[in-house]
Amino acid sequence: MTLTALSFALAALAVALAWPVPILLDRARWPSRAPALTLLLWQAIALAGGLSMIGSLVVFGLAPFGDSLPSAIATAVTGAFTWTWQDGFTVFHAAALVFGALLFAHLTLSLIVTTTRTVRGVRRHRELLELLSNPAPGDETTRIVDDESPFAYCLPGMTDSVTVLSDGLIRQLTPTQLRAVVEHERAHLQQRHNIVLTLFAAWAIALPWFPVATRARRSVELLIEMLADDMARRTVPARDVAEAIKHIAVGSSTGGSHAAAIGAPAADDDADESDTGRPLPAELRIRRLLAPPEPLPIAGRFGLVAVSVLLVGVPTVAML
Amino acid sequence: MGELERRIMDLLWDAGRPLTAAELRDSLDTDGTETPAITTVLTVLSRLERKDFVRRDRKRRPHLYEPARSRAEHMAELMHDVLRHSPEQEAVLARFVRSAGPKEAELLRNLLNDEPAP
Repeated sequence: MTLTALSFALAALAVALAWPVPILLDRARWPSRAPALTLLLWQAIALAGGLSMIGSLVVFGLAPFGDSLPSAIATAVTGAFTWTWQDGFTVFHAAALVFGALLFAHLTLSLIVTTTRTVRGVRRHRELLELLSNPAPGDETTRIVDDESPFAYCLPGMTDSVTVLSDGLIRQLTPTQLRAVVEHERAHLQQRHNIVLTLFAAWAIALPWFPVATRARRSVELLIEMLADDMARRTVPARDVAEAIKHIAVGSSTGGSHAAAIGAPAADDDADESDTGRPLPAELRIRRLLAPPEPLPIAGRFGLVAVSVLLVGVPTVAML
Repeated sequence: MGELERRIMDLLWDAGRPLTAAELRDSLDTDGTETPAITTVLTVLSRLERKDFVRRDRKRRPHLYEPARSRAEHMAELMHDVLRHSPEQEAVLARFVRSAGPKEAELLRNLLNDEPAP
């Protein structure tokens, strides 16, 4: 029965993509040499992972109905309408179908909920920002918040994305370092990193019991920062980008007036992370800026694209 | 429009007592920029009310407006968004870099061969 074999193959792929592959990729050192392509690979892994997880369950459940998925679906649908029982269709097959449908609904719902929540959060934050910040002189897309602690972030919008800087940051950084920060944030906005972040946030929230989902998300966050650092480095010396990272990471840990007022812990980022031996993203970014690694050779780059395409393409074609 | 919202909120926060739309319009008049029409002020006020920034007292004529919460409370909410590290929040704002703990701060300084901060 070929569909049963296919379902086991898909299940094997799902397990590989849910456990060893993300752990290896998260630990690998070469992704910092090709952050954009690694980001592509992570998205392929997430997509192929979801596809093979749901696919293996559905294919297994439909295996008694035929030798290929389209014909099995047709037979199953006809059988359901004519109330004919398929030989070999057991409670296991039914359970697989139900579980596959639930998993699909769970993942879809999580994506919808996370997206809605993010969009709402951005809107609320923007409303607050409009009342509590001033536009930077001569730059409508940059707003300045009156706070001592140095921070910077960007807020995505359909047409009206803004970069937000704090007063403290502007006072502490040199003009060149400040430009590094603005260029970095602009890269996030231009490359629509918020969409990738939302997708991986949804995945991490949907599958909290999979340590890999959180790992994937952490890796993706770092890759995105590296991409934005690279964009900043095009117009500003790498050293200034690195200095800006250090200033903000160190400066905001001492906390400004508001940070102290609401009792934010200095660094709660790593409290929930099991492997504390892992270097801080800021450290990795600074090291990378001070000693930029060789870009991945062309063969490696081609390989990354090919693997990404195959990961999604092969399971899709196999099921058709 | 955002600019006018901000000026009106600043006036309400600074006033210390509920104001009418006409009073707000007159205060906007004195700061040297162009004066908006009273209907514009009312439109902005109802937008601010919809966003929960302003409370309207409808029992009095003309209606009185006051801030729903203080400027400091709103600032705290804004900073909470910026500093909070909840999974949901990460996708909202892409911060330049997260804050480092004291030990990490030391390491980052050494990476760039700096003097320790005073």
